[in-house]
This record gives sequence, C-alpha cells and structure tokens, in this order.
Amino acid sequence: MSDIAMNPQTGTMTVPDVHHDEHGHHHHESFVTKYIFSQDHKMISKQFLITGMMWAIIGGLFSVFFRMQLGYPDQTFPWMEDILGRWAEGGRIKAEFYYALVTMHGTVLVFFVLTAGLSGTFSNLLIPLQVGARDMASPMLNMLSYWFFFLAGIVMLSSLFVQTGPFSGGWTAYPPLSAVGEMSQGSKTGADLWIVSMALFVVSSLLGGLNYIATVLNMRTKGMTMTRLPLTIWAFFFTAVLGVLSFPVLFSGFILLLFDRNLGTSFYLSEIYVQATQSALPNEGGSAILYQHLFWFLGHPEVYIILLPAMGMASEIISVNSRKPIFGYMAMIGSLFAIAILAFLVWAHHMFVTGLNPFLGSVFVLLTLLIAVPSAIKVFNWLTTLWRGNIRFTPGMLFAIGFVSLFISGGLTGIFLGNSALDIHLHDTYFVIAHFHIVMGVASFFGMFAGVYHWFPKMYGRYMNNTLGYIHFWGTLICAYLIFWPMHYEGLAGMPRRYYDYSQWQSFKQFGGLNEFITIFAIISFALQLLFVFNFFFSIFKGRKLTTPNPWNANTLEWTTPINAGHGNWPGDIPEVYRWAYDYGKDGVDHIPQTQPVGANESHH
Amino acid sequence: MNIWLFLLVILMIFIVIFQIAKASEYVSVLKGEKKSRQQSNRINGFMMLGFLIAGLIGAYYCNKLLAKETLFPQGSASIEGEEIDSMFMLTLYITGFVFLLTQIALFWFGFKYQEKEGRKAFYLPHNNTVELIWTIIPAIALTVLVVFGLRHWFKITGDPPAESMVVEITGQQFGWIYRYPGVDGSLGKKSYKLIDGEASNPLGQDWNDVANHDDKFPTSMFLVKGKPVKLVIGSKDVVHDVGLPHFRLKMDAVPGIPTTLWFTPKWTTAEMRERTGNPDFEFEIVCDQLCGANHYAMRGVIKVVSQEEFDLEMAKLKPQYFAAFPDKDPSNKPAPAATPTADSATATVAPAVNAVASK
Repeated sequence: MSDIAMNPQTGTMTVPDVHHDEHGHHHHESFVTKYIFSQDHKMISKQFLITGMMWAIIGGLFSVFFRMQLGYPDQTFPWMEDILGRWAEGGRIKAEFYYALVTMHGTVLVFFVLTAGLSGTFSNLLIPLQVGARDMASPMLNMLSYWFFFLAGIVMLSSLFVQTGPFSGGWTAYPPLSAVGEMSQGSKTGADLWIVSMALFVVSSLLGGLNYIATVLNMRTKGMTMTRLPLTIWAFFFTAVLGVLSFPVLFSGFILLLFDRNLGTSFYLSEIYVQATQSALPNEGGSAILYQHLFWFLGHPEVYIILLPAMGMASEIISVNSRKPIFGYMAMIGSLFAIAILAFLVWAHHMFVTGLNPFLGSVFVLLTLLIAVPSAIKVFNWLTTLWRGNIRFTPGMLFAIGFVSLFISGGLTGIFLGNSALDIHLHDTYFVIAHFHIVMGVASFFGMFAGVYHWFPKMYGRYMNNTLGYIHFWGTLICAYLIFWPMHYEGLAGMPRRYYDYSQWQSFKQFGGLNEFITIFAIISFALQLLFVFNFFFSIFKGRKLTTPNPWNANTLEWTTPINAGHGNWPGDIPEVYRWAYDYGKDGVDHIPQTQPVGANESHH
Repeated sequence: MNIWLFLLVILMIFIVIFQIAKASEYVSVLKGEKKSRQQSNRINGFMMLGFLIAGLIGAYYCNKLLAKETLFPQGSASIEGEEIDSMFMLTLYITGFVFLLTQIALFWFGFKYQEKEGRKAFYLPHNNTVELIWTIIPAIALTVLVVFGLRHWFKITGDPPAESMVVEITGQQFGWIYRYPGVDGSLGKKSYKLIDGEASNPLGQDWNDVANHDDKFPTSMFLVKGKPVKLVIGSKDVVHDVGLPHFRLKMDAVPGIPTTLWFTPKWTTAEMRERTGNPDFEFEIVCDQLCGANHYAMRGVIKVVSQEEFDLEMAKLKPQYFAAFPDKDPSNKPAPAATPTADSATATVAPAVNAVASK
C-alpha cells in the first residue's frame, strides 16, 4: 500500500485521509477483502497462525503414526489401515510410508509451522504494532507472502495423494536418493511435488522477510530509535535478514535438484549404479556433497530462523511478567547479532562425517562452539531478569520460562554435537533427535505458545482460558522431557535415526520398552496440543472479554491501540515514543509506557 | 483396544477438563482478578519448585535405569574411541554443571520471586561487570573443549599408521560389500560402468588390472585385534554411512567420492561376548544415513579375530576373479559347483533384507 509514506522531517507517518481519524467506516471491506485477500497485517498474521496450527496438527499426527510403529513394531492396528489405506496394509505402516511420514513430519514442522506459523504470525502481528506503523511496508507483498505459503501447502498436501506416495527421502532431501526416481517410491512424483512446494515456500519467505526488514528500518514512529525497539522486533529483524540471505541459496539448491531429476543434468550425480534396474546412470562429475553444502547454508540459519523469534518473544514476556526491565538489553541485541552472524558460518557442522577436509572441519568446530557464548549470555540475562522480580505466572509467562529451560537443556547437548570428535560418534543417532527436538522444536513451540497466550488479547480482544493454559503448559513440559530426555541414552547406545524397526539389531533391541514409553507420552502430548487448539478457537468466540486495552500493564506500543484495532491500528495519530520498552519498576513506578515523555526528575539507567 | 472406545475416553477427559476450566474461570471472575491471580501464582510457584525437584530425581532415576543400556559400560572397542569417551565425559561434566546451575536458578527464581503483596521488583537494567564475567567464563570453558576436541579430531582423521591393513567397504541398497586386497596388498581398479551383478562383478572391477585378480569378498568384515585398519568407503548408489557405534566412529559412503576411516580394534568378538555376557553379541555395522525403504535393515557384521584366525579365514576364500572366470581357477575341476563366493558377495545382504522386509 503505497499510500502510507514516511515523513522524513517529523518521522511520523502521513497517511491519506482514509486512514485518519475516522477509523471504523472507511474501509467498506467485503468478506473477501477482510478475511481472505486481506492486506491488514493483523489479519494476515491470523491467517499464518491458523494455517500453521492446521499444519501442526497434521505434522503432529504423522509423528503419532510413526511413533506407533516405533513403540509397537510387532503389533498391528486395523484402524490405521482404515485411515491410511494401502500404506498401512494389515494395520502396520509400510517401511516406505514410514519414511514418507518422517519426511513430511520434518518438512511440515520445520518450514510450515515453525517458520511460517511462527515468524509469519508474530512478525506480521507485532512489527507494525510495536514499531508504530499502520501496516507493513508493502501490504500487497505481505498478502502474497501468505498466499504463496498457502499454495506451497496445497502442493505439499497433494503429494500425499499421488500413486507412488509422498516424498520419503528425509526433510534434508539428500541426493542421489532424492534425485533418482528408481531409488525409492517416494523419489518419484512425490519428490517433484515436494521440491515445487518448497520453492513456493521460499518465495513466500522472501516476500515476507523483505517486508519485515523494510518495515523495521523505515517505518518506525517518531522517537522509535533502533535502540528503543522491543527485543521482539530485533529478533524478528535478524530472523528476516537470515531468511533473505539464506533462502535463495536453498532455492538454487532445489532448482539444481529439479534439473538433475528431470533434465538430465549432473550437478549432484556421479558414478551411480541403480540396483533396482541393474543399470549404470550416465551422469558423471557431479557431487552429492555440493547439495549438502547448499542445503545446510540455509539449513543451519533456518534453525535460528525458528529460534530467534521465540527468543525475542520470551525476552519480552519474561520482562513484562517479572515487572522488571530485561537485563542487559544491549547485550541481548549484541548476542542476537552474534548468533545471526555465526549462523552463516557453521553450516558444515552438519557434515563432519561426509569426508569433509579435517582442517575445514576444525574451523567449523571453533565457530560452532563460539555460538555457545552469545547463547550463554542470553540464558544468564533471562535468569537475571527473573531474579528479584515480582513474577506473574500467566500462561504466556510459564511458556516463556519453559522455553528457557528447554533452550538450556537442548543448547548444552549442542556442545557435544558441535565438537567433531564427539559428533563422529553421535552423528545421526537419537542423541541428535533429542538435541534438536528440545532446542529447536519444543523450545520454539514454547516460544510460539508464549506468544499466542500473551498476544491473544491483542488479536481477538479476549483472553484464552487460563486453567486450560496451565494444564497445557505443565502437561506439555513434562511430556517434552519424558519423550526427549531418554532419547539421549538411545543415542549413546549408537541407535541410528530414521529406522523403521530396531528389533532385528543386537545393539538396539534393548530399547523396545523405552520406545513404547516414549510413544505413549508422544500421544498424550499430542492430545494436549488439541486441548490448546480447542482453547484457542473456543476463546476466539467465547473467551472472557478484555476490559482494558493494556491487560498485562506492558509498555510497548501495541497496547496503546484500541482493543479491536481496525486496519491502520491507531484511530488517531500514531503515538510518539520517548523511551525504551523496559521501564518496569523504575523509580518505584510499576511501568512507564514508551509513549510517556521522560520526566524531569527521572533517574537514568 | 478398540480405537473408538479409546477416542471416546479421550473426548470424555477433554470435556471434563473443559468444564473444570470453565468453572474455574467463573470463580476467578467472581473472586476478582487480583485475588484469582494471586491464587494461580501460588499454585504455579509451587509447581515450579515441584517440577525442579521431580525433574532432578527423574534425571537421576533415568540415568540409573538407562546408563547401563548404552555403550559406556562396555567401553570403546577401538583404541581411538577411548579418547572420544573421555572427551564425552569432560564435556558432560562441564555442561552438567552449567545445566544444574541454570535450571535450578530458573525454577528456584520462579518459586522465590513469585508476585507477592508488597514486594517491589528490583530495577536492574544492566551490570557490565557480571555480563563481562559470564561472557568470558563460557568462552574459556569452550576454548578448553575446542582444544581437546580438535586434538582428538586431528588424530582420528589423520593418516593411519603405516602397518594398517586396508579393507574396502561399499554400500548399496541395501547392504555392504567388503573387499580385501589379497596377497598383493593392493585393491585393483574399478569402474561403476563395469558393474555387472550377473557376471559376478558387483563392484565393477577392471579385470585387466592384475591387482584385481586376488581381491577377496568375504560376507562379513574380518578385522584383527590390535591391528589398525583403514577402511576405504564408497557407495554404488545413494549416500550411506558406515556407522560403527562400538568403535565410536562413523563415515559417510558417498557415490563418486571415496572416503576413509581408520581405527584399531581392541577386543575380539569372542571377548566382547564374554565381557557383555551376551552370547549373540556382534559388532554391527549400522547404516546411519537414510538410504531408502530398507535403510533400517542395512546391517553388516564385523568379526574381530586373532591374526591366526584371520589368516585362516582369508585362506578359505577364493578371489572374486575366479567367480567371474571359473575356468581360470586352478583348483577348478571340470564340473565346477556354481560360484559360491560370488553369489554370497552380491546376495549376502539381500536375503537378510528380504527377510525383514517381508515380515
């Protein structure tokens, strides 16, 4: 929407009359422009969130299916055949489909839920509201970002129904397995659809990311200097930068893969003999390792794309509910910046055992373990923020605290895996599964839940049910640890990832009982998430209504808008900002909103 | 269990939880926001403490239960792996200390500083001294870990000792092919275009290279206790990974790009059976890189034996060359019995795989 422009002199937004002063009747929105092809960042964020939740249910359900196989490898479940048809003939999932489920679970949760659903939701909701803008720099591109995501989802969903099944080569899609159709059923049509879907997803991410960056840099309200931004915005900003710089590399990697698959090129293929057809492929000179470099050049920043928004939201929520400023604001920005830079320099730690040059490997060890320093700073700063606070345990706050706990647990195991000498033993075992599920999967989910509970009042003008929130939090935290903590031990037995059945192995069959235990808690955990989804939708319509625009007594700008803000966010002028976002408990005052001018007798921090 | 009954029970539980949640919300509205917040604060504060204590007990119990199922009690089966184990313990001590410190602080602060009437939050925006301290201390700890880690890493990935034996291991969907250089000590040339399963040439050996004529293909990998071995690792089709959990090592098998890995076995298979008390113990080769539908069944076996047993085992084997050209085999009488070694080389893994897959 080019009709919103920045006035360089005053720094305020000048918006044509339609947006000014007469909020409420200026839009003449039809159902389609308000709920479907909406250009309002708040509606787009809801679209991202709800679509993300649907995908989370699908992706979570996939994990329930394959956990059934892992927990009960010797049993059959006729109801699975009712649902999955020939993929679970006789009530037991086929190996080929097991791998398809694993692949889809990973792809859906990493990209559709924890990238689009997390960043898409909260960057969209909070960037304009917290920097003081009426909307994104380009609401049109913002809308397209959602619809490319939607399209990517449709293509991915359709791949579940093709004859040869969805892609089954893992979410990393290493060639030649992903490049040669004869290698596996899932590498036929399913793989093409998977690549097309991912390419569309990259487009969506880039449109969104460019918008977030432009909005943060150019559309801040008067007085909102960069160092007055809430940490959420800093986190979303770095997330967007990471995405914009790394997704194109992934895109090129996928396009080359598509060429290798369909046009006979040899980017990734060399000296391959297909066992199934007893024939040698003509391709020579390619490198399967090249793909891994391209993939992980995004793949590693991707984990920070997932994690940084959660960090930002946890920082904000912990500060608000401790009634204290976030400790070490500048250090928090600095550590986000350090993490964002290092995120680009560590990708090859996923490739220590590919035959990588050992010297190169050692450089990546150093850079990888360096990330632990800014991570440690963040943890200590969160702890100090809690220290001598006056903590209110809202569900959002609980999830933020849970996030810190999980980030510590999962982050510390990264110190094992980042050290190549240990990785050579632990690589691709359950230790890795435990590590990244805790630190990037569950922790980021906790960040997302924290965000949903905390900003739900802003989104819908109502509260979510607290009791359900508490049950959701404690149940999920306990399940998360019960599921993933014991997996470290399986990894220390060398138990490999992505196995359909361990019962034939002398080395791993002792874990049959444990696998069943994990499966049971995975199912309970899944049920608890359904409870959250129910709470979410129920509260949209029946939740307790907000009576004050600022329910948490927070300082940031989003709470200065009306309870149900229309397109344009503020009915009058955009408020001016005079201070940082974290004046909680200063000079004995509970909180001082950013919009309040600095008093004459106020102390400096 | 009947799935519908199960879902019905879940649904009932949902409804009960929901009713309780709704009721408690009405109660909290009646009580007033402040009072109900204080109450839920107290409950959640105690939950923080309870979770911390239960979590620490749980972690202890979990370790007691599961540590014996890992590979640690039996120790590393390779000399190089010992250092990986000691490196692991060092990392565990450092991270374990940080883990306890931070988790206890997190949940304890949660409990201790829960909102109370009359408490004022302590306004503390930053403190450069402590921030500097907790930047430098982790940096030092990590430097230690990097230095130790890289020392081991360079040793493991460095050149193998000169006296090492050489074994080639090649992955394919879904099994492993082992090639020994034979008496000349060198592996012959091969090309993937020469691969011909029917002509007993599963690796595409170039028969014009005489070094190939004595290369042997056992059905398990035989290694000698105390003798370093260098694995030359390759793949015929997709990326596989030679995973050797007992030896604490692994290396990818990449088509078109040979990789290597060396180690020194410490115990024979027989000794390990005795040490673990498991009469069926085997050093299993695990495929650690997703390679297709039967990835989970791509099992290989390493038999670590004494030098005498090894020599005996090798003497029993005929070179693959004779399987491809039975007429060149000096021991071949006019009526040769098929080609036992060749079949076993290509088919060793296949039956095992099929057996699992068809279950």
